[in-house]
Amino acid sequence: MTDQTSTPTAVSALDAAPPRPRWQVILIRPETMTFVLLVLAFIVSSSISPYFLDINYILSSFTLYAEFSIVALVLTMVIIAGEIDLSPAANMALSACLFAWTYQATQSMPLAILVGLGAGIAMGAFNAVLVIGMQLPSIIVTIGTLTLYRGLAQIIAGDQSIRLPDYFIGINNDLWLGVPVPVIIFVVVTIALAFFLGATIWGRQIYQIGTNEVAAQHAGIRARRIKFMLFLAMGFASAVAGMMTASRLGSVRYDLGLGGELQMVLMAMLGGTYIFGGRGTILGTFLAAWLLSVISTGMLTAQWLPATQLCVLGLLLIISIVATNLIYSRTQR
Amino acid sequence: MNALRSILLRRETGIAVMIVLFVIAVGIAKPRFLSLEYLRIILLLTPLIMIGAMGQMLVLVARHVDLSIGSTQAFAAMVTAMMFKFHPEIPWYLGFLVSIGVGLGLGFVNGALTTLFRLPSIIVTLGTLNLYRGLTFIISDARQVDRQYIPSALKAMSTTSPILGIPWIIFMALGVALLTYWFASHTRVGRQVFALGSNPAAAPLRGIRVNAITLMVFSISGALAGLSGIMYASRWGFVNPSNTGAGFEFQVIAAVVIGGVSINGGVGSVLGVVLGVLLLGCVSAALPLLGIPGTAQSAIYGAVIIVALLIDRSVRQRGIAALAAQRARA
Amino acid sequence: MAEAAADTPLIAARGISKSFAQIEVLRDVDLDLRRGEIHALLGENGAGKSTFAKILAGVHRPTRGTLKLNGEPVEIPNPIVAQRLGITLIHQEPISFPDLSVAENLVLGRTRGSPLGRVPWAQMTREARELMDLLGVRMDVTKPMRGLSIADQQMVEIARALASDSRLIIMDEPTAPLTPKEVDTLFAIARRLRDEGRTIVFISHRLEEVRALCDRVTVFRDGNKIATEEIGKLTDADIIRLMIGRPLREYMHKSRAEIGEVALKVENLTLPGTFRDVSFEVKKGEIVGLGGLVGAGRTDVARAIFGVAPATSGTVSINGRPVDIREPSQAIALGLAYVSEDRAVSGIFRTLSVEENITAAIPRKIAPGGIIRGALEKALASESVRKLRIRLASLRQPIGELSGGNQQKAILARWLLTDPSVLILDEPTRGIDIGVKAEFYEMIGELAAGGRAILLISSELPELLALCDRVLVMSEGRLTANIARADATQEAIMSAAVPRSTQAVAA
Repeated sequence: MTDQTSTPTAVSALDAAPPRPRWQVILIRPETMTFVLLVLAFIVSSSISPYFLDINYILSSFTLYAEFSIVALVLTMVIIAGEIDLSPAANMALSACLFAWTYQATQSMPLAILVGLGAGIAMGAFNAVLVIGMQLPSIIVTIGTLTLYRGLAQIIAGDQSIRLPDYFIGINNDLWLGVPVPVIIFVVVTIALAFFLGATIWGRQIYQIGTNEVAAQHAGIRARRIKFMLFLAMGFASAVAGMMTASRLGSVRYDLGLGGELQMVLMAMLGGTYIFGGRGTILGTFLAAWLLSVISTGMLTAQWLPATQLCVLGLLLIISIVATNLIYSRTQR
Repeated sequence: MNALRSILLRRETGIAVMIVLFVIAVGIAKPRFLSLEYLRIILLLTPLIMIGAMGQMLVLVARHVDLSIGSTQAFAAMVTAMMFKFHPEIPWYLGFLVSIGVGLGLGFVNGALTTLFRLPSIIVTLGTLNLYRGLTFIISDARQVDRQYIPSALKAMSTTSPILGIPWIIFMALGVALLTYWFASHTRVGRQVFALGSNPAAAPLRGIRVNAITLMVFSISGALAGLSGIMYASRWGFVNPSNTGAGFEFQVIAAVVIGGVSINGGVGSVLGVVLGVLLLGCVSAALPLLGIPGTAQSAIYGAVIIVALLIDRSVRQRGIAALAAQRARA
Repeated sequence: MAEAAADTPLIAARGISKSFAQIEVLRDVDLDLRRGEIHALLGENGAGKSTFAKILAGVHRPTRGTLKLNGEPVEIPNPIVAQRLGITLIHQEPISFPDLSVAENLVLGRTRGSPLGRVPWAQMTREARELMDLLGVRMDVTKPMRGLSIADQQMVEIARALASDSRLIIMDEPTAPLTPKEVDTLFAIARRLRDEGRTIVFISHRLEEVRALCDRVTVFRDGNKIATEEIGKLTDADIIRLMIGRPLREYMHKSRAEIGEVALKVENLTLPGTFRDVSFEVKKGEIVGLGGLVGAGRTDVARAIFGVAPATSGTVSINGRPVDIREPSQAIALGLAYVSEDRAVSGIFRTLSVEENITAAIPRKIAPGGIIRGALEKALASESVRKLRIRLASLRQPIGELSGGNQQKAILARWLLTDPSVLILDEPTRGIDIGVKAEFYEMIGELAAGGRAILLISSELPELLALCDRVLVMSEGRLTANIARADATQEAIMSAAVPRSTQAVAA
């Protein structure tokens, strides 16, 4: 293909470095690490408890983590685009509170759902305006909105829990083809987003923005618009997750999903998303969600304190960023 | 005239004016707010936040952020409280050393992770926030350390007063503020923190050791969070693994940013932060009086953070615009 | 330190050479700097004068060669040591800590002692005032640096140099951002410092200024020192000849293309503080060069046309139609393409594949309906690779692994795939070795022959002369010449590019 004879230059060794062998490329992908860890976690937890050999047990225990996992998928895209959103758990709480409150006030479920979703999107839009419109750093902005949204939820709900009608309760117990509905939603969203991020031009552009936003703008990519849409998607996903949580719990309190931002960021990081943007996959986050669910359930089965779990999660977050950072800096030459 | 103008234009003046206006407005609605009793309430609300805010100010000035201070406070308080519980023979004032030392250690870990692996401090401290909180539960077996175990001399610090009926812990908070002022404004290394935050790329060219300074500010922030831990035990008389220090980081960040510390580093003053803390204290004290439920607090902190970010941005933009205009003239 | 004999030069450089990534940018430079002189370093962009200055200031370390300070051999590994040796480099955009006061900026990094040592505010302020008075500059030293003009920031840097008792002060293009009055002040101070026995190295493009200020000049060209001479012994024409005196290499002359209608027309384009009243046109099949010195505003004009940083007034027309371009995506839709100057910052996606890099600007072509057609993308990319002879191991390789020349070809390929009618090339051959350069010249010629309008921004005079039908020259934000191919000489371009006093006043 390249015409060797026509160019008079001496080709230096730098001109074309040999490509890495394929096995190496696959092995050093962070998702591979996640997968290996997932298998390890299965082996360890099934040795602790025979429950882990039962697929139904695993599926039903995953329903506890499905809501955060769904949001984590969207968050993965936000991080790949070079931003971050720490407010989704608070968004879940506020949109769920507004949803439940509207239902209580009007007894109209469609209206309540509309309000809930609208609120979620509005919160996403508020983040987007501050980050993209006002050009404030997303990391600090969403710390502020995290406090704000959670606080508003507290104002609306007070210390009460708002009950929901029976027909709305228990999405986690609904099965479809023997699989809990939240798991199905998670898998469907995973497939949809994996396709979006991996096969469409918009997904491609998200990576390009995260890799080099200036270059992306020069190449005519509308970086600001795409990032705006991502924050809206975050808001929407959080609202859906908030209502799913409400259905699982049967009632809504302001502390719904408290501390969820850690788990979501952790899923993205464990799945190999690069904290500085430009790298990461939906598959990685998908695997990491299962990994986290197995670890958490394993700890629960082993009757570890919830607090110990918190500890493990915090530690995992730090280890996973350090590890992904090392992997990426090694492959970058 | 010019001097007067520059005083009026200072950020601190703005906050002071806001405090006065707020107090007057609430006072008109509820005259009780202007009583000495309420002054006492306000002052008692502030010391923990004040101490945490001094550390956070230094961290923010160096262009970082420390989200873990609430958990650090809880862990340090818990270690100290359990020491009192199981070794009541240890003199109560040694608790200060323990609490500060533990906090210092945790802060050092934050700084080490941030500098060693070149990670964004916000993610590191989001991790340690949960890690330290989890550790607090583990060492305490998820149980609260109750009133009877906290030395009464320690508890007395929040109730007894050396002078004017103002309790000891308020003087301690003021002492920390004064020390921080001395450190930030009158020591070489303090000024290096400001230089680093003002222009990180140029800092090494002036011989500033960036990693050492970063480690230092995180350690200070941890140590002060530790101090606030034992003061929590003094103020409330118990240490609870889930309540102690919960949401502390947001109160502190809100106080610091409203006090004029820039999230872009390099800017901040102790006076501003003290006023920011006081403003938050006034607001917190006024809420129940005005019939606003205490549940609104968190939302107010969130709104305060965002408003402060926007103010900070407009201040910065005005600076840039002024520079651009100057260039266009030239 | 004991003072050496009066006639020992302050700095004696011998055989100083410097390479970056195997490219030699400075070759065996011998130069003496005397005490009490103002010494100008002149040369085209990339001639090596700034590299030499940075070696003196400890920013770079020489690959070969020795330096003597007052006759004693010295090593200058970093700027802090340079400072301690009494050498200060004043950058065009001075280093400052905008949130700290002027007085603090003066002191920072100079004083040593315990980290908990007290900051002597009162003494610091007093000394800062004294220094400023010494320089005859009025400013409030307790105010933060933020908001000071560039001129005042330079004064602070000079004051720093005085405070640390610098014997050698290097000023790298200090006058570019200054007003004429500020320049006068700076010169007065420089003369006074010289009369105190200090040495000043002055890097500038403005011949008038060099003549007004300096005692001796040294001319650099292509990394070599060409001459050192008393300023009085050289005319302007001599200096320009020394600067450009290199032989014309064998550049391929462009094959004659048929020149058609006006494709790009720019009228009175202005961005205050950057460029003003820029008007020109480029016809189909025409290659128009845009020459000038770095900082003359050439790149800013290109960025304005392309919508990266739009101009505030003036009009741009494409193929006879006036357009209002606010962002690059609009420019691309109108048939514009811009190969930017800084490949790493605004060109490549370093960690992404070559293929993705090549197809980044044609989303609609590779993804009709939004879904990427892999086969189509691969076909387009590999065709580009073949056409432009990009050397790579695999299309899936990260572009960061390719050599600079091949990265640049990939970026050019990206823009050719958009099938632009107007192509703006900003220093397309910078940092590329000679063989690949020749390929680029050939390609640019072919593109014009294919009926595209090309605006070529270049600092290399032979490149402009060999390729272009016309050469525009910018100087300090204005268009100063429009030279037809027949009249274009290196002298003509250079004299239009070098700012003269009349323009300095107008600016």
